[in-house]
Parts: sequence; structure tokens; C-alpha cells
Amino acid sequence: MTPMTIPAHEAPAAPAVRPVPWRKLAWVGWRQHRLALAGAAALLTGVCAWMLISGLQMRSALNSFGLTSCTPLTASSCSTQETVFINDYYSGAQVVVGVLTVIPILVGALVGGPMVARELETGTFRLSWTQGSGRTRWLIARLVLLAVAVTAGAAAVSLMFSWYYHPMLQLGQDSPLAPQIFDLRGVAFAGWTLAAFAISVCAGALIRRVIPAIVAAIAVWSGLLVTVVFWLRNHYQAPLTGTGLINPTAGTGQGAQWVLTQWWIQPGGAPASQSEIASLSSQLRQAGGLPTPQAVQQWFAEQGYIKYFTYQPAGRFWSFQLIEGGWLLALSVLLGAATVWMIRHRAT
Amino acid sequence: MNIIETHGLGKRYRRTWALRDCALAVPAGSVVALVGHNGAGKTTLLNLLVGLIEPTEGSASVLGGEPAGSPAALDAVGYVAQEAPLYQNLTVGDTLRVIASLNRRWDQPRAEARLAELGIPLNRRVRRMSGGQQAQLALTLALARRPKLLVLDEPLAMLDPLARFDFMDTVMTAASQDGLSVVLSSHVLAELERVADHLILLSRGRLQVAGKVRNLLDRHQVLTGPAITAAKLAAQLPPVHIATDDDLARILVSSGDQTGELPEGWRREPASLEEMVLGYLREPSVSALPEAEEVLA
Repeated sequence: MTPMTIPAHEAPAAPAVRPVPWRKLAWVGWRQHRLALAGAAALLTGVCAWMLISGLQMRSALNSFGLTSCTPLTASSCSTQETVFINDYYSGAQVVVGVLTVIPILVGALVGGPMVARELETGTFRLSWTQGSGRTRWLIARLVLLAVAVTAGAAAVSLMFSWYYHPMLQLGQDSPLAPQIFDLRGVAFAGWTLAAFAISVCAGALIRRVIPAIVAAIAVWSGLLVTVVFWLRNHYQAPLTGTGLINPTAGTGQGAQWVLTQWWIQPGGAPASQSEIASLSSQLRQAGGLPTPQAVQQWFAEQGYIKYFTYQPAGRFWSFQLIEGGWLLALSVLLGAATVWMIRHRAT
Repeated sequence: MNIIETHGLGKRYRRTWALRDCALAVPAGSVVALVGHNGAGKTTLLNLLVGLIEPTEGSASVLGGEPAGSPAALDAVGYVAQEAPLYQNLTVGDTLRVIASLNRRWDQPRAEARLAELGIPLNRRVRRMSGGQQAQLALTLALARRPKLLVLDEPLAMLDPLARFDFMDTVMTAASQDGLSVVLSSHVLAELERVADHLILLSRGRLQVAGKVRNLLDRHQVLTGPAITAAKLAAQLPPVHIATDDDLARILVSSGDQTGELPEGWRREPASLEEMVLGYLREPSVSALPEAEEVLA
């Protein structure tokens, strides 16, 4: 085929085009996503208000039970009061824990899911990507803006939760490394929220429709969380092995150490079987003893059994937090880069 | 300077070629009509020119050598996509602000003046506007960027006849005032005849007809005469298309010889753009592409 007219071969006198400033692109991102951000902010504010009210009630109860002046907590005068307090407040705190667990994906999917997918679904990418700024800067501007916003919001909620839950940790109810609360404190909560956002954006670019992208993001994020909690987190550092009474100062709770496995060794040196343990326990109950950890421990010891357990010490909290926050941040950056690549190369 | 230049341009989706072997050179200041059946590759060609998609093979450049989709190209190419996509939840004023913020150059007074002329208030929600008003807003956004090349994909589809006239009037005014080049695809042949000085006809992803409208019309004529002798006449000259209506035949021919003797009952008349395009649309195997020497002439 031949050209229609004479091709012009002279090079264009092209002065380098000054790009559209990031500030303007960020404003567009804010203008188009402020509703989603407002929704996320309302959700986070509601959760914070709930924790504030409930946390203040919890503290006034601690005072009125006299638990704030009780040292050590294992003193018998304290333990009755502590039991009453725990009965009254622990289950309520677990509801807060349950709600907070799903907050990262709610916020991430709400803000991140529609970010790219809505433009692809409605065809407006043909408008936005053909403007002078180009699609790469358009995408990076809103990606960074919204990522910072959701991460900051999550960090604030996480701080609030740390304050709220502090009495439970003080009373030794949970280890700071306990799976249900570990990723609600420190940097992990912000990390999981950022990852939820990045997964949602990436799913949107891949699936190109808002609702299916959100559903996929929820599935992927939940799968990742379950994998980490059950199979990955306890391998961040090699666990220690202990013997004797676990968390001797824990009172009625789980105590500060995160216990992974435990087993009994017979007087002969071989591991005790389940049936052996069961029969020993029933002997204790027939003898009229209360099966508190201390009583069980003492009873078994009298029979010549020794308890062994593997655990992660509570002192590893911050190194675990940094490990988890670090790889979640790396994963999010990777997903963001993958989204930019997809948008650049895989359009219409 | 060639406002559009493509070499061996092709785009494949999975196994089908939406466009192939497309070689074009359109001089600046042209108004190009892009026609063809649905699925002939018009939108693919336009998407390649504005950089929304990347070519599978070959290359496309605009504005005299800027690769399609490069920052310099994006900066000076205005595009109104099919069905004029807009953010339905925004007001007209917010739409202006959003698009202004996505561009280096922006002519707010021009946009506001045009919207005032059209009677579109700035506080109206886009979703409350008619299809025609949305198309006008999309054109306003594209023109306020003061582009050097304006690409319009089926801009007339959503408009009634009067709105079509107004829309094209705006485009042509901008073209003549700013020296703007325009490429528009459309099925409304009558409207194209009024404005276009270049024609590109695509068929099944390939160029079938390309050239200056005036040159093409000079080379084409319609012979009308009795249907009985049409076949005999057609055998002597390669016709583009023969249309018969009862006993009257119209033969579209493309030939250099425009003065030769015709059989009894036949006469010659110039072809209209519409008749020529329709003739080629019905005969996808016949093409009219300029020869090298013709181009140079």
C-alpha cells in the first residue's frame, strides 16, 4: 500500500512537553473518590467512637473493681475481681476484635475496587486516558493519594484499638502475639488495609468490573489472611521450647507468650497419649479439684508428668510487626506496579 | 507536515486482525472522513491514533512525527470517543474542572462561552442531559484543550439532524479558525460530504479507498442508461458497482478516460461522494488507492 500523499520526513521541532503537575492530578483523584473516602472515613470514625465509649466504660469498671491498684494481679484478693471484670467485658471486646478484623478489606475494597474498574466498566477511561496527562500519571497520582489516605486512616484506628485493648493485655488475657489481635495493633493493621486496597485496585484492573473485582478482592485478601495466621506467621522466627507452667503470671487468661504446641512427657520419657491425658484429667475431677491450669499442672507433676511447649515470646511483638508490615508493604507496592503495567499495556 | 502518518499499521485481537497494512499520510489542516461497515476497523484505527491501544505491527504518528500516545501527542490530540463517555455523576462545571486539571493547556472562557451558546448551565448534572447535549459537552471538552488534531468517533450517532448540523458547524469553525485537523468516523454520508476534504474507507480491516475527496470525485463518474445494455457496457470497462432499478442502470466507474464514446441511451454524470462511497461499500473487493506517481503529481 502506498501513502495518500507525500510523507513528510522533517523532524518536528518539538519542545519537551512539561507534564501536568501532580497537584492537579491528585485533586482530580480526590474529586472523583471523595465519596468513597468519606464512606471509609465514616466507617472508621464510627468504629473509633465505639471503641472510645466502650474503652472508657472498661476503664471506669477497672477503677471501681479496684484492679488498677492491684499488684501483683495474681494476688488472690485481685483474682475474684478480675474474674468478674473479665466476665463482664471480655466478650464485648471480642466483638470489637471481630469487627476490626474485617475493616481492612471493607475499606480497601470500598476505596480501591472502583478506582480503575469503574472507568473500565463505564468506558470513561477513553475520556480520562486521552487527556494531556496520560494514563500513567493519572493512575499513579490517585493510587498514591488513596493508598496514603486508607493507610493513615487504618493507622489511626489501630492506635485507638491499642488503647482500647490495653487492659486485656495488662490482665494477661491475651498474648500480644495472639492471632486474633496481633494484626489489629502496631503496623500490621495499616499494612493489611494497604494490601486490601492494592489487591482491590489490581483486581479491578484485571477483571474490569466493579462488583466482581470487589468479590475477588475479598476472597483473595481473606485467603491471604487465613494462610498467614495459620501457616506463615509462626515461622517468622524459630519458636522457643519451654517446660513447666506456661505464663505463670497470667491468672485466668492466656498470658503473654504465644503458645504454638504443647505436650506431656510420661515419667518414662515418652510423649503421653491423648487417652492418658484424658484419664489423668478425669482422675483430677473425681478427686474434686478445679481444672485450672495451675491445678492441672500440679496434679500432673505429682504423677511424674512434665509439660513441654513451643512458643513465641511476647518480646518478639515488634520484630513480628515489622516483618509482617514490611512484606505487606512490599506486596502492595508490587501490586501497584503490576496495575500500572496492566493499565499501560492492556487497554480497551 | 503530516498530521497523521501510519506505516504498515496493524492491530490483532487474539486471532483476528481488526486492522492490517494501513499506510496513511494525511497533511495538516485536513478534514478526514473515515467510513466503512461496522467492524471494518474504524474505531481500531482511531484508538491507535489517540494511543488508547498499541499497534501489533507497524507504527502510527501524529502532529508530524510524534508517536501516537506519547506525551506530546496526548497533549495536542483531542478525542471524543464513541457514545461520548463522560462522568455521569459530575456536574458540567465539575467536569470542566476535572478535565482542565488533566491537561496542560485549557481554555476555560472558550468552554464556558460555547456551553452558554448551547444553553447548557454549568450546574446541570451530566446524567440529566440528553445524548445530544452530552455529545456537545464532550466536543466542548476536546476543543477547550486547543488541540491540533481532533479525533471524533461516530460523533453524530447520538444527534438529531439539526444538532448534527450545529455540531459539525462547531467542528468546522474550529478547523478553519485554529487550523485544526479533524478525523471523524461516521455513517452519515450526507454530513461528511459537506465537510470532508479527505476520505478513508476501511473494509474488513484494510484500506479500500483513500485520497483527497476532490481527486476521488474527479476520477469517478456514474453512467446511466438502459438496463438491457448495462452488462455489455460493463464488460468494456471495469465498473466499481452496477445498480439497476427496473429498466434503468447506474454504473459507478473509476477510470482515467472520461470523454470516450458511450452507447446509445447512455449518459455520463459526476459521482457524488455518497454514491461513490456506497458503491465501494457494496463491492469490498474493489479498491481505489493512489498509485505512487499519482501521489507525487
